[in-house]
Amino acid sequence: MTTTSYSELLKKGVERRRVSRKGTNGFMLTLTGALTVLALIPLFWIIGYVFYKGGSTLNLAFFTQLPKPVGMTGGGVLHAIEGSLIVTFLATIMAFIPGVLAAFYAARNPNTVLGIGLRFSTDVLSGVPSIVVGLFAYALIVKPQGHYSALAGGVALAILMVPTIIRTTEEMLKLVPTNLREASLALGAPEWKTSISVLLPAAMDGVITGVLLAIARAAGETAPLLFTTLGNERFDLGTIISSGVTNHQSIIQILGRIFSSPIDSLPLTLWKYAGMPYPERVQQAWGVALILLILVLATNILARVWIEIRKRKLRG
Amino acid sequence: MEMNMNIEVKQNKDFTVNEMAEIKVRTSQLSVYYGKFRALTDINMEIHDRKITAIIGPSGCGKSTLLRSFNRMNDLTPSAHVEGKIELDGEDIYGKNVDVVDIRRRIGMVFQRPNPFPKSIYDNVAYGPRLYGIRQRNHLDGIVESSLKQSALWDEVKDKLHQSGMSLSGGQQQRLCIARALAVQPEVILMDEPASALDPISTLRIEELMHDLAKSYTIIIVTHNMQQAARVSDFTAMMMIDETRSGRMIEYNTTNIIFTRPQDKRTEDYVTGRFG
Amino acid sequence: MMKPTTQKNHWIKKIGQLLNHGDRPWFGLIIIMSVVVIAFMVAIGYMLWIDSGPSRVAFGLSFLQPTTDPSWDPVNSNFQAWPFIYGTLITSIIALVIALPVSLGIAIYLSELCPAWLRTPLNWLIELLAAIPSVVYGLWGIFVFLPQVVTPIGTYLFDIFGNVPGLGSFFAGPIPESGASRLAASLILAIMIIPTISAVTRDVLLAIPNSQREASLALGSTQWETIWKILLPYGASGILGAVILGLGRALGETMAVTMVIGNSIEGTISILKPGYTMASIIANEFAETVSALHTSSLIEIGFSLFVMTLLLNMLARLLVWSVTRKTPQEARA
Repeated sequence: MTTTSYSELLKKGVERRRVSRKGTNGFMLTLTGALTVLALIPLFWIIGYVFYKGGSTLNLAFFTQLPKPVGMTGGGVLHAIEGSLIVTFLATIMAFIPGVLAAFYAARNPNTVLGIGLRFSTDVLSGVPSIVVGLFAYALIVKPQGHYSALAGGVALAILMVPTIIRTTEEMLKLVPTNLREASLALGAPEWKTSISVLLPAAMDGVITGVLLAIARAAGETAPLLFTTLGNERFDLGTIISSGVTNHQSIIQILGRIFSSPIDSLPLTLWKYAGMPYPERVQQAWGVALILLILVLATNILARVWIEIRKRKLRG
Repeated sequence: MEMNMNIEVKQNKDFTVNEMAEIKVRTSQLSVYYGKFRALTDINMEIHDRKITAIIGPSGCGKSTLLRSFNRMNDLTPSAHVEGKIELDGEDIYGKNVDVVDIRRRIGMVFQRPNPFPKSIYDNVAYGPRLYGIRQRNHLDGIVESSLKQSALWDEVKDKLHQSGMSLSGGQQQRLCIARALAVQPEVILMDEPASALDPISTLRIEELMHDLAKSYTIIIVTHNMQQAARVSDFTAMMMIDETRSGRMIEYNTTNIIFTRPQDKRTEDYVTGRFG
Repeated sequence: MMKPTTQKNHWIKKIGQLLNHGDRPWFGLIIIMSVVVIAFMVAIGYMLWIDSGPSRVAFGLSFLQPTTDPSWDPVNSNFQAWPFIYGTLITSIIALVIALPVSLGIAIYLSELCPAWLRTPLNWLIELLAAIPSVVYGLWGIFVFLPQVVTPIGTYLFDIFGNVPGLGSFFAGPIPESGASRLAASLILAIMIIPTISAVTRDVLLAIPNSQREASLALGSTQWETIWKILLPYGASGILGAVILGLGRALGETMAVTMVIGNSIEGTISILKPGYTMASIIANEFAETVSALHTSSLIEIGFSLFVMTLLLNMLARLLVWSVTRKTPQEARA
């Protein structure tokens, strides 16, 4: 084919396609913006609706009272709030220490057998469905013990939290400049002291953010709690503590009683109430949803703000 | 003042009136801003059709910025804006209803680091023509072969057109990029230090190539290598930054004059290697 | 008296020694913790395998195989998991089909088009979508999404496709009044996996060096042509990884799905009818199993889920990793 005939072909192509190429470009680019807006619609819809429906339910009684039988007005979800606090607290303690420590290893030894295995396990654990983790906790704790407990729920949630904590901590540790560590070692500090007193505080901001987000996620989980904590409408922290005191039980004994009883939690309560044929319960479900949503939003906003403050500190 | 310099200068000394009359691209009072910062001030130059024009100057004097204004690649930087005009065949490329996409087809570019797509050699060159609906196999075969021949790469790759473009050596990749640019039949080719990332042999080949290409295309090349500018170009523009760190054109003339009888002392200092 | 002080000094010296040479215990500690994490992963797989033993022995591979005559009969101890596997697969696949174009659009917008000041807020908003607890999605799903979105769509689909030969059984309807159906689960899943797919895709696109964009634009391509013909192919394996990650998430999603899918063992394959997924049957029945075999069968389903998500996760990581490896040093800011 001659050059001139190709030129002709090209010129024709240029002319013929000028408008359609421009049109396609404009259309597609606008489409991506539209799809972004589309995806955000459910976000605002859900948040808006939960605030709207659940807002009226939130009053002092809701937070401080145990549920009243259906038919009676009032009552609250204190048992669920206490339950969520206890289980999440347990989970955080159980996840935080191994998570941060393992991250130290991962950050410094990414290429050893153990390091690779650790990275692999973290990946795997982060992908396991939460209900499967619940099954595991059931097999590990509930079955041998013979009863449901807050502890079992805590273990399940801890397993879910550990990958996130390891990942964020490892990233934060990697960001700490190496000369900080070298300076500390050069001054004669042993490795462990360097890690705890120098590296960890330097990475602390990010670590805390990571832990906060992991907690927020765990607090919203339902599936792993279904057959570990089961739920317990009659759980009354106050009574356990006061009866424990009157019977001269030690703190350990009281804690033991708390951790080993079946317990409710906010997400579980939501799940139960949502399916009930009683409108009051459904209404309370919206209230619980609002509490959870506020929790999640607040944590995320806090984490963002924290990151911004850190960034400003570094710049200024 | 005539100087005896050890640089080999291209032997087109003076041009006939006819040759001088063909101006392909003209800039008028061109200034380029990045936000508030004025990177280029009042650039005026006329690029002659089917001649090679070199832009030289010390690092950071705005050579690349100037080059990139010719095909509006500066538009990609959000804060960039332009004052003045650049005319291609008499029409301002920064004008109101200008189709940037078409300008970029007519004014092609070869970059400092070769950047072939991770596609086959064939598909790299055929990318442009396909944009314009050229789909038939024999048409594409033809333009691919012709472009690769023009960029002196055909013989080396004709039996492996379906191998990845990334599998070629640096010099070959650069010639692939040149072929890719040629496939859409540009009128002007901009070259931003095209050989600076290459070995000396590849560099020489690219320079020979430019000589051939200049028969059909207008070439504007930015180079920090003065000897290269002297060897290759017909016209040379000397740039430097002023007190406000803005790039200006100090002197613009035939290569012969710039390198043997520069008018401005700063040009003389630069080309004799006293600084820069 | 000399003795007590020497004793005390001795212990002080010992503790001082320990503190200064605490490295051994420290290294031991972090190593042990790492091993613990790995051990847990292994333990999960192991325990699921063991506890699903009775079911595996009783039913063998036919437990998982597609069949036209499934039965899930706790009373007579006859279990077959195909309806749940089908439910999981069909809802996840439909969710993917819907989520993919949307996520691509978002990723392209965020990486190529979005003005710089808008980028962080938008990223954060998309992340928030992922942070909403599954039960809250479910609650909103039951009372808002189902009646206002799913039922109308389901009715519409039934009207158009319900009587088409071939397709008809897939769209057999009509959709129940409540809207609880596989369609509902698919749609909610789509919303829930969009943040995952779009975030990873966005990162993949951002990792593509700018020189590719410049090369394409300098040839006279439009921005869309650059995105569609150069960037997306360049990042294809990473984008595939993103999709697989999204699929993994969809497979394991429990609460929102359980709340809107209707939880019925009805035999149809129609997406307009209620169904079950592997996760939702476990959620519904595990706390009230009637026999050890029942429990074991549910655990076997759980084990299958574990293996599926494990494989998908590994595949996804491999794909994403391969893209970020192939790019040379310069990357888009």
